[in-house]
Amino acid sequence: MAELEVEIVAADHFVWSGAATMVKARTSDGEIGVLPGHSPLLAILAEGELAIEPVSGDRIVVAVDGGFFSVDDNRVVIVADNAQLGDSAAAGIR
Amino acid sequence: MGAQIRVYRQKISSTTSMRKIFKAMELIATSRIGKARARVSASLPYANAITRAVSAVASQSEIDHPLTTEPEQIRRAAVLVITSDRGLAGSYSASVLKQAEGLNELLQAEGKEVKTYLVGRKAQAYYDFRSRQYEQVWTGGTDAPEFSTAREIGKALLAEFAKDYEDGGVDEIHVVYTRFKSMVTQEPTVIRLLPLEVVEEQAAAETDLLPLYEFEPETEQVLDALLPRYIESRLFAAMLQAAASELAARQRAMKSAGDNATDLIKKYTRLRNTARQAEITQELSEIVAGADALAS
Repeated sequence: MAELEVEIVAADHFVWSGAATMVKARTSDGEIGVLPGHSPLLAILAEGELAIEPVSGDRIVVAVDGGFFSVDDNRVVIVADNAQLGDSAAAGIR
Repeated sequence: MGAQIRVYRQKISSTTSMRKIFKAMELIATSRIGKARARVSASLPYANAITRAVSAVASQSEIDHPLTTEPEQIRRAAVLVITSDRGLAGSYSASVLKQAEGLNELLQAEGKEVKTYLVGRKAQAYYDFRSRQYEQVWTGGTDAPEFSTAREIGKALLAEFAKDYEDGGVDEIHVVYTRFKSMVTQEPTVIRLLPLEVVEEQAAAETDLLPLYEFEPETEQVLDALLPRYIESRLFAAMLQAAASELAARQRAMKSAGDNATDLIKKYTRLRNTARQAEITQELSEIVAGADALAS
């Protein structure tokens, strides 16, 4: 099964990257879930949490305060102004 | 004669203590450069992602956004000059200011009014000393810039840009900073921040083509959110480069100052030895002359 290649970057540092099966984010219009094979998308992130379902390991929760994310060809780039990894995330860093 | 030796001794000891300061500053600068360069590369993923997104939006929609459209007539320009807070960095601040002066002259020759924004105490001191006007100044932490400062500057500049000319707004924004090319070359550079020149990307291969994005919520809102971030990231990148350049310039300046101090110490030591020898010779000849006078 196809996987999403996720990359989270903040303004002055790199936050997380890895393979995932699903990314759930909050846009200004509401929640949006991205599964592998999603059509190219460029969306504005609203302040809040976004959840990543990695291929292995626990769900990762990242708190962001605004930014945007792009999806193209199973590659998700999340560009946050300020991103804070949740506690459960430490195991997923690679 | 004794007085001369004392003068040399004083000079040697003061030069030695100065050399200690130069050495320490050189070492500090050296250790910080690595960190500054790491920060430059840490900010790259963000800058790349944002640039890619902006060019994606730009390449597929006819952008008609106030930030990207060129005004018919540019009557007032804002110039942001990025210098350091502290001196002892050789010609670092001076060359940025010189570049800014050149830009000012050029803009004024084109009949544009110039509004100046400054970063760093050195620029502030330069303008204050000449009693020249500037709009706003940001000082502190030029050798380790924070993203929040870049955001503040971006906000201030964008607010000016959004205003009409009649209300005192500006039509274009330039940034003068020092580009960090390598440890030995840093170049004062001028970039035009606004209006944006979105570079049409040349797709080298089929895979380089940007996909047709859907926008969420609307293209216009996406641009509204993207462009200020793009500006902030450009500003932050400029500040980080300037910080790395400042440290590299300081390291070089302190190294040559230390070397010069070493040379001076050597020179004064020689002179002191000559003076001491001259004194001894004179004393001896006086004794000999006295003994001769008694004997005869």
